[in-house]
Amino acid sequence: MIGRHRDKVIASVAEALAPVTDGMTILVGGFGLSGNPEALIRGVIERGVRDLTLVSNNAGNLGKGLAQWLRAGILRKVICSYIGGNDELHTRRASGEIAVEINPQGTLVERMRAAGAGIPAFYTPTGVGTVVEHGKETKEIDGRRYVLERALPGDIALVRAHVADRFGNLRFWRTARSIPTTFTSPASTSTASSTSPSTRTRSSSAP
Amino acid sequence: MSSSPSTPVIPWSSEDMARRAAREIPAGAVVNLGIGLPTQVADYLPVGHAWLHSENGLLGMGPFPFEGDEDPNLINAGKQTVTILPGGSTFDSAASFAMIRGGHVDLAILGAMQVSATGDLANWAVPGGKVMGIGGAMDLASGCRHVIAMMQHVTKKQEHKLVSACDYPLTAARVVSLVITDLGVFEPSGDGFRVVELAPGVTRDYAQARTGAPLG
Repeated sequence: MIGRHRDKVIASVAEALAPVTDGMTILVGGFGLSGNPEALIRGVIERGVRDLTLVSNNAGNLGKGLAQWLRAGILRKVICSYIGGNDELHTRRASGEIAVEINPQGTLVERMRAAGAGIPAFYTPTGVGTVVEHGKETKEIDGRRYVLERALPGDIALVRAHVADRFGNLRFWRTARSIPTTFTSPASTSTASSTSPSTRTRSSSAP
Repeated sequence: MSSSPSTPVIPWSSEDMARRAAREIPAGAVVNLGIGLPTQVADYLPVGHAWLHSENGLLGMGPFPFEGDEDPNLINAGKQTVTILPGGSTFDSAASFAMIRGGHVDLAILGAMQVSATGDLANWAVPGGKVMGIGGAMDLASGCRHVIAMMQHVTKKQEHKLVSACDYPLTAARVVSLVITDLGVFEPSGDGFRVVELAPGVTRDYAQARTGAPLG
């Protein structure tokens, strides 16, 4: 794509979320209540899109953040690593309203890292001998058994950064970095909101 | 070794268990302390004795902050605010789990529901119970060089938790090298558990009656 070095700072959440459409797979940063892109999470609801697949570590915590997407009924599927006390997800999983896929946390993030790095699948020792390996290919390499996990690409990533510039470079603060930087690499588009509320950056991370 | 029937059994408190677990941590080790009971182990480590790793992306974790000094963007895997020591670092989740999976974390001390004589660990789901999720449990259990399990010796209903074979869903197979309970310290030996240490007043017979595999 030519001309991608345009100014990526966008004045409004609505404009930043213009690429979001029905049925997309959206990767959302944040671990617990840290690093959640709250303004963008609200913006997706206001955009009125539906049938989304959400990839997130917790998919909402204590009724906050992504729990708003659960209540808004805009999700078809959630891929996460930990539900914990997220009662709204427990309820919707039990009723069949939302399909839930649970991955070990390291496998979840490596699936996204792999997608961003152009690796379609990888062997990992995590989950061998457990329910996680059911239905998946396994292989013994140098005397140890591994399970084959597939890359997990997304259509768009929503993250919260500490500082953003007009080129789309982001800085994160402390452990708020954890999920967001992993999430930006596999998405065809990444949208970040910085802690400065007037500044939104949309940056394409496609190679 | 027998003791008179009048010797009172004094099971270890969670503080005793944490203090005992801290003794298993060599100076300079990279250690991940699981959520719950294992988090308390940090209270019995001199600050800077070991490099504490938190799987959300922190190495060199310090004590809990004083009131007013909390940073909501500096948290541990249990989502509690923490501090970072000089020389500590933060990194993204993919790097954090590469450290774990790649064997760069020397030791994980993890809570457990069941541990088998062969070292199988079950700590993420109760059969028929609500599925809470896996989080970092499977990566830590299968990736760290050594795994120590910390748990009460039996359930509240007096069911065995040290067993011949786990009937709870496994977290990882053949990974636990030591189990610390309120009754003592036990080492999975394949067909049973070797008694390493017993809490005050706990006899081998007392522990055996509460263990679902032979004690050696």
